[in-house]
Amino acid sequence: MTTASGPSPPPVAARPDRSRSLAAGVARSEWTKLRSVRSTYWTLLVAAAGMVAFGALLCASFVRSYTDHAADPAGFDPAGYSLSGFFIAQLAIGTLGVVVITSEYQTGSIRATLAATPQRPIVLAAKAAVFATVAAVTGIVASLASFLVGQAILSDKDIQTHLSDPGALRSVLGCSLYLALVGLLGLGIGTLIRRTAGAIATLVGLIIILPVLVQGLPVTWQDTITRYLPSIAGQVVIGHTRFTPPGPQLTPWPGLGLFCAYTAATLIAATIALNRRDA
Amino acid sequence: MIQARGLTKWYGATLAVDGLSFDVVAGRVTGFLGPNGAGKSTTMRLILGLDAPTAGTVTVGGRAYRSLRRPMIQIGAMLESAGVHPGRSARAHLLALAQANGIGRRRVDQVLGLVGLDAVAGRRAGGYSLGMTQRLGVAVALLGDPGVLLLDEPVNGLDPEGVAWIRTLLRSLAAEGRTVFVSSHLMSEMAVTADHLIVIGRGRLLADTSVAQFVRSSSAGHVQVHTPQPERLAALLREHGATVDATGDGALAVTGMEAATVGELSTGNGIVLHELVARQPSLEEAFMTMTRGSVDYQPHPTVTAESART
Repeated sequence: MTTASGPSPPPVAARPDRSRSLAAGVARSEWTKLRSVRSTYWTLLVAAAGMVAFGALLCASFVRSYTDHAADPAGFDPAGYSLSGFFIAQLAIGTLGVVVITSEYQTGSIRATLAATPQRPIVLAAKAAVFATVAAVTGIVASLASFLVGQAILSDKDIQTHLSDPGALRSVLGCSLYLALVGLLGLGIGTLIRRTAGAIATLVGLIIILPVLVQGLPVTWQDTITRYLPSIAGQVVIGHTRFTPPGPQLTPWPGLGLFCAYTAATLIAATIALNRRDA
Repeated sequence: MIQARGLTKWYGATLAVDGLSFDVVAGRVTGFLGPNGAGKSTTMRLILGLDAPTAGTVTVGGRAYRSLRRPMIQIGAMLESAGVHPGRSARAHLLALAQANGIGRRRVDQVLGLVGLDAVAGRRAGGYSLGMTQRLGVAVALLGDPGVLLLDEPVNGLDPEGVAWIRTLLRSLAAEGRTVFVSSHLMSEMAVTADHLIVIGRGRLLADTSVAQFVRSSSAGHVQVHTPQPERLAALLREHGATVDATGDGALAVTGMEAATVGELSTGNGIVLHELVARQPSLEEAFMTMTRGSVDYQPHPTVTAESART
């Protein structure tokens, strides 16, 4: 980088192809940004590998302590249990969702982004669409692998299930949707808070710490409140996992719908904040 | 063409930009000057719609920036801090911005060549030198081949070669009929680069004038006279309305009077002159004189030295 090039030659036309939609172009731009930093790959790898490994570990440990009369087979959900590694994956994918936007504030590239596309709601929508797709695909791969590995381990005591059994496919697909939604929640919180550490702390507080805090309340309150907490409502669709709290739960799809509503509300607030605030 | 009208920005209780009105016209390099903290970067951010003005308006080609679709085709900006993710390559950074504005991949390679970054375009930006980062900023500005260019302190951190490169580039862009608006706190740089100056201090407009006019009209210009009879000459010139200061060793600094008038008056009154020089201030001096009252944080020694002399 020692050569200084001379005066610019007459620039060659850089006229845009106006037939393409603005949103599609911004989405391509966000895709380029996501795939051009190594941390994306590392985080997704940690999410997937961590989920499979942790799920396998929990299944193995369950199998070891399992005796025919000790456990109640009717209360055991092999599909949900094999997906318990979601607990690791939600942290990695939620963090990535946060960082997708806070890294822009941290490095100052948010100004280049918003100067390139002053239609700020489109920027956030494109980020959300691209990231949610990547998170959901990673979620499906990791969930399916966790399920298959988990069932192989559980088959040792003949307590496994099969993908074609009722509810098993819902668990696997639901788990990937839950993970994508945690990522979107992270994106919304990251946009609102703009700082990486604060946003990650808030996300973890909301999806992990809050349910634990509620366990400190009187039992009747617990039973009323717990099922409506964002993460608890969203996790019902995965089935009965190692981390399912005691007490009544919502049914799978309404639970996921409620988690969707929380996430949508956060993203709407984030859009309004992004649009109004100075960059 | 950039038009600001009554542009005002408060950040909390701090007034950063105070009722700025100016036009930046095409075909010449307009320097945007002011001491650090004068509000230059804030004004740039207001032009780009990154920050919203508290009052007033600013338009690019008659339209508010935030109403532009694919703005990089019309106005290219180089911001003060490059704003590149350290883990992302220059090529990926440019490609993402190009895609958002519907600009083709070929143009990315073209601007990389134009700023001399093609050899390192695939490397992570975190490892770039300050000069390389500045060149990437210029590449971003040129990406959409825009008619209006906005550059915030482009020569900061560049080596002499890089400074010369920027200067030539800006001049040739203006010669092509583009609007070029460059901020700087370096007078010496603007003296050789700009045709026109917009000078601000503490967020207010101090001057909107050509470079030559700016130097001429500056109160820093004076006539220097050497005479064996300084007291008599000083009294005479003061009688005729000039301001006279003794600068030591018998020299006088005369302001508010042309050199010719000083010569005529002294000859007519039989005062011998050993030297009579009209001193045009440098752009630097003109700038210092104009912005002296509008610098936010002056070191105290300078203040006392300056005020002791005047």
